[in-house]
Amino acid sequence: MTTTTIAHPEYNYKVVKQFALTTVFWGLIGMTVGVLIAAQLIWPALNFETPWLTFSRLRPLHTNAVIFAFGTSALFATSYYVVQRTCKVKLISDKVAAFTFWGWQAVIIAAVITLPMGLTTSKEYAELEWPIDILITIVWLAYAYVFLGTVAIRKTSHIYVANWFYAGFIITVAVLHLVNSAAIPVTLFKSYSIYSGAVDAMVQWWYGHNAVGFLLTAGFLGMMYYFVPKQAERPVYSYRLSVVHFWALISLYIWAGPHHLHYTALPDWTQSLGMVMSLILFIPSWGGMINGIMTLSGAWHKLRTDPILRFLIVSLSFYGMSTFEGPMMAIKSVNALSHYTDWTIGHVHSGALGWVAMVSIGALYHLIPRLYGKTDMASTKLINTHFWLHTVGVVLYIVAMWISGVMQGLMWRAVNSDGTLTYSFVQSLEASYPFYFVRFLGGLFVVAGMLVMVYNVVKTVRESKQVTAAA
Amino acid sequence: MVMTEFWHWWVILLTSISLIGCFWIITVNLKNYAGVPEGESMGHEFDGIEELNNPLPKWWTYMFYFILVWAIGYLILMPGMGNWEGLLGWKSSNQGIVSIEESRALSAKAIDEGLLVQFDQEVKHADEVYGPLFKGMADKPILDLAYSDGLCFEKNDGKYSEIACVDEAKQPQGVLEVEPYKVGQRLFLQNCALCHGSDARGSTGFPNLTDNDWLYGGTPEKIKETLMHGRVATGMAAWGPALGGEQGVQEVAQYVLKLAGRKVNDKMADAGKAKFALCAACHGANGKGGVANGLATGAPNLTDNIWLYGGSKRAVEESIRNGRAGVMPAWKDVLGEDKVHVISSYVYRISHPKK
Repeated sequence: MTTTTIAHPEYNYKVVKQFALTTVFWGLIGMTVGVLIAAQLIWPALNFETPWLTFSRLRPLHTNAVIFAFGTSALFATSYYVVQRTCKVKLISDKVAAFTFWGWQAVIIAAVITLPMGLTTSKEYAELEWPIDILITIVWLAYAYVFLGTVAIRKTSHIYVANWFYAGFIITVAVLHLVNSAAIPVTLFKSYSIYSGAVDAMVQWWYGHNAVGFLLTAGFLGMMYYFVPKQAERPVYSYRLSVVHFWALISLYIWAGPHHLHYTALPDWTQSLGMVMSLILFIPSWGGMINGIMTLSGAWHKLRTDPILRFLIVSLSFYGMSTFEGPMMAIKSVNALSHYTDWTIGHVHSGALGWVAMVSIGALYHLIPRLYGKTDMASTKLINTHFWLHTVGVVLYIVAMWISGVMQGLMWRAVNSDGTLTYSFVQSLEASYPFYFVRFLGGLFVVAGMLVMVYNVVKTVRESKQVTAAA
Repeated sequence: MVMTEFWHWWVILLTSISLIGCFWIITVNLKNYAGVPEGESMGHEFDGIEELNNPLPKWWTYMFYFILVWAIGYLILMPGMGNWEGLLGWKSSNQGIVSIEESRALSAKAIDEGLLVQFDQEVKHADEVYGPLFKGMADKPILDLAYSDGLCFEKNDGKYSEIACVDEAKQPQGVLEVEPYKVGQRLFLQNCALCHGSDARGSTGFPNLTDNDWLYGGTPEKIKETLMHGRVATGMAAWGPALGGEQGVQEVAQYVLKLAGRKVNDKMADAGKAKFALCAACHGANGKGGVANGLATGAPNLTDNIWLYGGSKRAVEESIRNGRAGVMPAWKDVLGEDKVHVISSYVYRISHPKK
């Protein structure tokens, strides 16, 4: 292998390496817990009658692990890498950057301990209790300082589009977290939200949907805007398109929360506004997809040989699909069918496994060898294996949940000629079992792919160490 | 619920800024302001990445404009802009009510005046179409419904009226034949199964309805009364302290288990018998429970080895030590008397399978 020195000694790659490797580790853990709880839905005995292994406690562990341990670590790693390289400057503070790494790992470990213990605020995706919330706030402010501070001391005249998205994500998540987690502590491990009733629900879903909008979308669009043109070695398709879709996306997403509360005690006007803004959101979302996919113009043939690019482009296709599906599900009459069914689970995973995981995995395969002074992973063939395992897994998962979700929605609303409901809830559950099994199978494929990745990453890191030792 | 003038305008202002902002930003970006020809590089480079000055895709821009115009139309017709109710006057339900009485009054008004309150309209429709069907069934005694082979209803002007059933082959079109207890079963599965189980066999704390062992009586009338008005158990007090602590609890538990025909420590059971006087007020001196002793206490029969809260030694001791309390909610206002009547026929039939 040629010894091209891509590593820039003037950049802080240590923290990027740390976050990149923990991303892979937490990804494997989070997804494995997901497969376990998918199995519990088919074979309930798998909770072994142990309170901390029950679905109710492991489910938040799964969501927190994949969103905040896997996804957010990937954002930390890539944002620190991208901001340095596109601003041509080292991170503003190595010490604060190191603090964000260890602080964030402490948050994750605290979640891994407290969630199975049953300590929860019961707010979805914001389950962690108040002491951990305070730690998150401190780490996040440190993150904002490192990232925005680095942008401020950049040596380029403009700020690259990837950094707009990263900055938008970091700032908004700080606001969302502070507002939604506001609570009155009762004991060290118990607090009550300062909001009540429908207001509490609205604040929760304002947070919840923007965790999707800013963390799982804007942040990963930032990732996309660096790694897609980089891996394709093509210029970004349209500067002006990125301007329009950035501003439209961040100003519209913040309104979309009420679609989680259609047909509830939320006032009609809030529900309508949430639905309208969610529908408009479809257009700027597709702006990002178009810009990413069109960046490949003139380089389509690379998809034949480059599995990393395949990860990235397929992730954009899933992004386009989920951001079409989401606005449709936000329409009240569609929501009347889809809400509370597995369709929602399918939608979330088409976004999480299709978009977020695939763009992250693609970015990591580009990033990790470069962090260790190489151009390629130890095995390109295994990247391809991972790609197919992951893709098959995601498709199995989503299709199973679509069918089971629509079926549940139709069964719940079926009415006899005497006006009584045709099916009881348990009947709809019985009918869902085959699809639960297919979903479990899909999850197994995804985790198998992650194991292949772990092997490939370990091999790559080891080889680089041997090279360094030999030199 | 009406919001204050300030919040009303606040919502309108923020919504307008968002929508107008979207219009503005696409329109501005339709023009090439970049200073380089379309399709060429913008001239800056970031870690080797250049950006092209390609125009916005036309189809995408048209979709954007279209959906913005649609959004404005929707917000004119429907609620959304603060207190603006929308030209269609649509509401999902009567909002801002604080009591059931207020809710009923507003629903009645909405139905009378034909207002577009979706929930009230749906209830009105269901009552009109299915109300007569349930009224027809409710006019018959519960016992008749429980074992009826089928009742036939004919739909005229959207309303059901009962007719005599004939052979299925000869049945004219549009006639609906129902087996009342099965209608009752479906209502049971939707409303009662949550506590009593899909098979009505109950679970810990929720009585089994199929074993003909009743806390408040198993006649059709008593079953209906329970469903209509609910039951609040007198409540089993925590007897631990009154029995002089653990020793007393264990002795009474032994006696109770003996009543149920179980093998026990006779010496302890005898000691427990003496203390059972405390229990007799609700369970009767013979321990056969409220119904057998004509007491409206809801106290279970302790002699039949059927256990509401578990029959292990530990569970019985727990009941005695810390007490128990159960509540059956009233269904009169939720389902209405006609439907309760039909469900009663199902509950009666499963506990009395043969006529």
